[in-house]
Amino acid sequence: MEELLTILGDLHPEVDFTTAKDLVTGGILDSFDIVSLISEINEEFDVTIGAAELTPENFASAETIYALIKAKLDDED
Amino acid sequence: MQNNVLDYLNESLDRVPDKIAYADDDVQLSFSDVKNIMDSVGTHLLNMGCNHEPVIVFMKKSPNTIATFFGVINAGCYYVPIDSEMPATRINLILENCKPRVIICDESTLEIAKGFDYQAEVLLFNDIVNTKPDEAALAQVRKKAIDTDPIYIVFTSGSTGVPKGVCACHRSVIDYIEQLSETLGFNEDTIFGNQTPLYFDACLKELYPTLKFGATTYLIPHSYFMFPVKLVEYINEHNINTVCWVVSALTMISAFATFDTVKPTTLRTIAFGSEVFPIKQFRLWREACPEAKFFNLYGPTEGTGMCCYYPVERDFADDEVIPVGFPFKNTQILLLKDDNTLAEPGEQGEICIRGTSVTLGYYNNPEKTREAYVQNPLNTAYPEIIYRTGDMGHINEYGELIFHSRKDFQIKHMGHRIELGEIEANVNLVPEIKLSGCIYAKEQGKIVLYYVGDITEGDLIKALKTKLPRYMLPNKVNRLEEMPFTANGKIDRVRLTKMFESR
Repeated sequence: MEELLTILGDLHPEVDFTTAKDLVTGGILDSFDIVSLISEINEEFDVTIGAAELTPENFASAETIYALIKAKLDDED
Repeated sequence: MQNNVLDYLNESLDRVPDKIAYADDDVQLSFSDVKNIMDSVGTHLLNMGCNHEPVIVFMKKSPNTIATFFGVINAGCYYVPIDSEMPATRINLILENCKPRVIICDESTLEIAKGFDYQAEVLLFNDIVNTKPDEAALAQVRKKAIDTDPIYIVFTSGSTGVPKGVCACHRSVIDYIEQLSETLGFNEDTIFGNQTPLYFDACLKELYPTLKFGATTYLIPHSYFMFPVKLVEYINEHNINTVCWVVSALTMISAFATFDTVKPTTLRTIAFGSEVFPIKQFRLWREACPEAKFFNLYGPTEGTGMCCYYPVERDFADDEVIPVGFPFKNTQILLLKDDNTLAEPGEQGEICIRGTSVTLGYYNNPEKTREAYVQNPLNTAYPEIIYRTGDMGHINEYGELIFHSRKDFQIKHMGHRIELGEIEANVNLVPEIKLSGCIYAKEQGKIVLYYVGDITEGDLIKALKTKLPRYMLPNKVNRLEEMPFTANGKIDRVRLTKMFESR
């Protein structure tokens, strides 16, 4: 989770990602952020997020993004 | 001869009055709805005494906004679109530049407009949309129409921190719509999926051909562009066959392997521009849409939308660049060298535009206008204005125009044209900032800001959000103890670029 918060904090240093739950509906993340985010997650965690997993629900908060990463990591085991 | 863009509506209104012209998830307007709104809005403005003047349209993206643009033109005035995504400082600069008497709002922007420093009469769309049309008065305005009168002002980034208002007239827009429609093959069956905001010239491609042909434009909600599967499903559900998007909106879809899940089945014309399309991504698109025709479009706002096109037909190697191609009919491209003579084939020169597509100039800004809208140096016989784009290019062995680079610090980022100088100028307005230098990391597509000053990165971004539109906010912000300088005492951007690369 720490690593993910660092990535998010790098994108938007002005946002508190531990509490924000409306990253998509609140307009915090835009399409450019999503693109950077996916590539950084890929580098940091070595997981590839596919188009089908790119949903507003999965990107609502740091927690949901982390859950997605964890699910993908568990899948690989 | 047609001398007013609104004449495009006449035939469509006769032929298909009840067909949907513009639609989003909330509002659908038929051609007769569009006619009613534009006559009501036009009449209301005439009743207020508006005449050949800028009218601000400050509404969220919606079919109603488009019809309001036409209403402003219908009154013989010109529309200036602004958007709630623009920060207050920027909006204020635009208002100071245009000095409008009237601002048309919707419910979502009314309160913001009332808080502007600049005082104008604020009208609510819902209050004026049912004004009883005064057909005689509107006909009188149309009868006196002159095709060199402005129809819009759109604002583009200015290197000194002040945005520049590009002002275009009926004749330039009609010329553009005719050439673009012929080249891309628009017709009455065209169904557009609009991606670009209404406050730039990019949306001309959908707005006016829809009027001309009785076609249909869907305004695709912004949020779909973050979720590619939903976006492609939207295209298929609405039978969208034509898109004119910025490259980053297309690569967003292909880069996430969306085509493994869902393919766009209805697209037949795919036009893109504003940025270089990476060949690898382009191939994915061509495989996914084998029946579609692809066009690269190129042109600055000052040349009314786009002025060059390239139908992508031959194969390209991974490291090749898709050409800018050929000028539209009725437009000439001059490649001028530093000594104002023409570049030979293969030789580099500045891309300059000649023809009706050259816009009127920057509104209320004679100084900046004089720098870029200049007398054609090849013609000493009579006054003839060409536009110097600041883009460098050459003609390749196939006779195609190839874009190279900029002469200055203007960049293209996510399809937006940005002056790095405008970002720096706004950073330097933050009281704690001592020095700042901005670079563009092309490879990663990131705006990177370095600064010296007693403020954290987070607080600086917060401060910038009140001054710069979102697409101009730096993607990486780094605080430095000392700024590197060149021998001439300028901020050393080459060093900053190296610092970013070796971070």
